[in-house]
Amino acid sequence: MTLTQQQTTGRVSGIISNLVLVDVDGPVGQNEIGFIQLGDTPLMAEVIKVMGDKAYVQVFESTRGLRPGMEVRFEGHMLESTLGPGILSRNYDGLMHDLNTMSGIFLKKGDYTSALDLEKSWAFEPLAQAGDEVTAGSWLGQVDENGIPHKIMVPFKLQGQYTVESVVEAGEHKVQDTIAVLKDERGTEHKVSMLQKFPVKQAVRAYREKPRPFQLLETGVRTIDTLNPMVEGGTGFIPGPFGSGKTVLQQAISKQAEADIVIVAACGERANEVVDLFVEFPELEDPWTGRKLMERTTIIANTSNMPVAAREASVYTAMSIAEYYRSMGLKVLLLADSTSRWAQALREMSNRMEELPGPDAFPMDLPAIISSFYARAGIVHLHNGETGSITFIGTVSPAGGNLKEPVTESTKKVARCFYALSQARADSKRYPAIDPIESYSKYLEYPELQRTLNEQIEEGWTEKVNELKNILLRGKEAAEQINILGDDGVSIDTHLIFWRSEVVDEIILQQNAFDAVDARTPMDRQQYMVNKVLEVVATPLSFESYEEINPYFKRVINAMKQMNYSEFESEAFKQNMQELEDTLAERKTEN
Amino acid sequence: MPTAFQRIYTKVEEITKATCTVRATDVGYDELATVNGQLAQVVKIMGDQVTLQVFAGTEGVPTDAEVVFLGKAPSLKVGEALAGRFFNAYGDPIDGGPQVEGREQEIGGPSVNPVRRKQPSELITTGIAGIDLNNTLVTGQKIPFFADPDQPFNQVMATVALRTAADRIVLGGIGLTNDDYLYFKSVFENAGALHRIVSFVNTTEDPTVERLLVPDMALTAAEYFAVEKNEKVLVLLTDMTLYADALSIVSNRMDQIPSKDSMPGSLYSDLAKLYEKAVQFEEGGSITIVAVTTLSGGDITHAIPDNTGYITEGQLFLRRDTDIGKVIVDPFRSLSRLKQLVIGKKTREDHPQVMNAAVRLYADAANARTKLENGFELTDYDERTLDFAKEYSDKLLAIDVNIDTDKMLDTAWQLFARHFSKAEVGIKQSLTDQYWPEKQ
Ligand SMILES: Nc1ncnc2c1ncn2[C@@H]1O[C@H](COP(=O)(O)OP(=O)(O)OP(=O)(O)O)[C@@H](O)[C@H]1O
Ligand SMILES: [Mg+2]
Repeated sequence: MTLTQQQTTGRVSGIISNLVLVDVDGPVGQNEIGFIQLGDTPLMAEVIKVMGDKAYVQVFESTRGLRPGMEVRFEGHMLESTLGPGILSRNYDGLMHDLNTMSGIFLKKGDYTSALDLEKSWAFEPLAQAGDEVTAGSWLGQVDENGIPHKIMVPFKLQGQYTVESVVEAGEHKVQDTIAVLKDERGTEHKVSMLQKFPVKQAVRAYREKPRPFQLLETGVRTIDTLNPMVEGGTGFIPGPFGSGKTVLQQAISKQAEADIVIVAACGERANEVVDLFVEFPELEDPWTGRKLMERTTIIANTSNMPVAAREASVYTAMSIAEYYRSMGLKVLLLADSTSRWAQALREMSNRMEELPGPDAFPMDLPAIISSFYARAGIVHLHNGETGSITFIGTVSPAGGNLKEPVTESTKKVARCFYALSQARADSKRYPAIDPIESYSKYLEYPELQRTLNEQIEEGWTEKVNELKNILLRGKEAAEQINILGDDGVSIDTHLIFWRSEVVDEIILQQNAFDAVDARTPMDRQQYMVNKVLEVVATPLSFESYEEINPYFKRVINAMKQMNYSEFESEAFKQNMQELEDTLAERKTEN
Repeated sequence: MPTAFQRIYTKVEEITKATCTVRATDVGYDELATVNGQLAQVVKIMGDQVTLQVFAGTEGVPTDAEVVFLGKAPSLKVGEALAGRFFNAYGDPIDGGPQVEGREQEIGGPSVNPVRRKQPSELITTGIAGIDLNNTLVTGQKIPFFADPDQPFNQVMATVALRTAADRIVLGGIGLTNDDYLYFKSVFENAGALHRIVSFVNTTEDPTVERLLVPDMALTAAEYFAVEKNEKVLVLLTDMTLYADALSIVSNRMDQIPSKDSMPGSLYSDLAKLYEKAVQFEEGGSITIVAVTTLSGGDITHAIPDNTGYITEGQLFLRRDTDIGKVIVDPFRSLSRLKQLVIGKKTREDHPQVMNAAVRLYADAANARTKLENGFELTDYDERTLDFAKEYSDKLLAIDVNIDTDKMLDTAWQLFARHFSKAEVGIKQSLTDQYWPEKQ
């Protein structure tokens, strides 16, 4: 909408919880933002359906006290993210209002704080010069944001070709200062500042191409990195019943992953879990840079007690911020816990609008919504040849823990890594409870990833990974046989097959997220332990009776567990290794 | 009594079991009204059609009923005077005492800004090892008992409440039987704790829809004591399944499309709004919620326990251990999510590993038992796990055990040493060196 047109207004005519009907006096757009005036308090709302001169809006606040006849002003734009330096380290609500600058202990309706500090000065350095040909996303300059070169770009909203008229010299600037003037093809000038806005539900397409991912994204979680690796620009999801470890796993990834920027969307989950991040991230170190974790992190918190409509918005806000940083050629990791809550928010609104429901009363277009969201992740080659990526991992909370439900099924179609948390593993405290047999990383089948793994870790690595998986599979079969036939109804070999898979399970798969050492295993250490485990598994051992096997392997596992708990290659580590060797020597047969 | 400013309407156009619709103007969403003298609340406005949820049900409401809008949302008068009193779902005294004087506070108020919360870090001890050792609770936590209707959950709740060092206990009784209501009353009285307790009670004799107000009433009172008095408040909500049932009655009457188990699609948000009132404030006040969710046929995949599990910070299961003939807190299915924040930090350093090792060995015993039941021979190790499990149940898990956490840890080490080798227990060596008991 241009400035010459008159602002559309309207009046409230119906209210069902946070769905409000508005009689409008002019044009409104789907997803347009409006403000309902409740006394002195403006309540932000979004148009979700239009029928004649009635707009259905979802209000991002409690509607208590709202009355028919109250005035609504439409803004002429959709829900937008506010993009510029100073996003990192900040804690936002689902609509990107700064939670820290809000007043009081309780959230107040209409307390819409600014996403960026408008008064702060940044040391701007130009990267472009007069005469340069630029398009949306081109880098005009940069500022240092927590040690990260934050690029100031041609706003994503500008379509077509522009010529740089001028760029300010290096110096201190506030985000709203003009730092460049561009001229479009018709000769019209456009002033550019360090702050731009962009609709959160619209994908940023300021890149040349999206190649297939080819590079490991190290998380320090062994069962992921070794068995079912995530990649830079990849997508994955973690479904699991309540209490199976989705949040702990995601938080571990957020702390340890090899990323420049981490965006955490706490979407409809517990406030206390967000507080964990608020408390820990300013203290913990980023293992990759040694800076504080908070410096690379932005948290979008729309916890379960915050307004439902903003929950839906929160994942888009997070994605929009991720796309902004990706356009700077950075490695962004985006985490959302839980995408099921977002789907439920959609369901609540769809039910209130009395739309025809799909399976489990979710909206019919849920699969399409999920699919287009995941499609926004990926690694991209920018126009200037640089590479940026968004790796996206979402959790899914299936009703009743049953994976045959719409959110899990729709997500499974689009996410390439599937980290299924198993109730049985969680119950027996085998954390992280990722089921090693059900789960997969489609990327392992990519020749380009196989190539990098074999180059960067060691020649033949992917074969070793397959061998580990085979050991686990055979171990599972052996366990079933033992269960059916009894300990003395199977051969000693069957027991050995089972216990060898237990070694893989206990030493590679299981990992204590709360132990300072065990929590994160760098890739070289994973490589070392994988080789050690394969060596143990391949060691020929002799036993007289099956009863000797269980206590023996408990000792083997114990020695190796102690290795996992000790600093890599420390004295304690070596001692436990010696113990392992001694134990193996007791039963080793020569052949 | 209607006053001159209140708007009165007498044309009711539609009546369902829980709601009625009246033509009215200038009505606010969530506003209270009376219909035929019964309290009601606005749940839908379409032009001049206003739908009200009548808490006591619509039995006997005529089409010319007097509908009076009260111009305010449901509220509670808060103040010190709440202490020691019993109220119904509307916050009116049921103990024969006078109305409470105090500030009028809307119930179901706004949420705490997450950045103003403090990370829960204060241990709650109950003397029950199934809780303190295996599933340590923390102030600001929310946790339900998932219980079968015939289990003694209200007794356990009362025990927990009285043993903890809470400054204030708020009981929200949702569809309590009259017997249980009187039980709570007498236990609190006998413990001489009445002055610490505020109760909001809806019994099975009261109308079902009224129940919807109870948790919000209880939590509004809790917020008053936690925010304004910086008190550590423990809120007991029993039985939240009956709360959810009441929600489904209302939403079905409003033609909402039900989702799983005929529960409203908003069940998760509705429950979360209550449970998320659990909080630790910077200034020291806190709200801890211990609730009961009864199961039908032990099914935790039913929408009510399922959604609850996704909201709360763990859950506790009770189980009768037939080996020892006592009720225990089930170590397998029970989980306190916040225990990480305190175990080994506020408690002895060996706590986390001892807890895990014991549960793992207990699980091995369960496997051995399955083997036995299937007619297989047991190994020596199997036999030992069974012996261990029995002692572990009896000396630690049984809810009648009342010892402090150090004593629980010492007991566990003794049981380890009696039945197993160090390698079988598999605890970090530095801890084993320090705590493994000398040969007995
Ligand atoms: N890697 C791990 N190491 C040790 N304990 C773990 C691990 N993962 C999970 N747990 C235990 O399981 C509990 C539940 O984990 P978490 O909160 O991640 O579950 P969730 O799947 O996110 O559940 P919900 O769906 O209810 O949010 C944790 O509090 C912790 O006790
Ligand atoms: Mg979680």
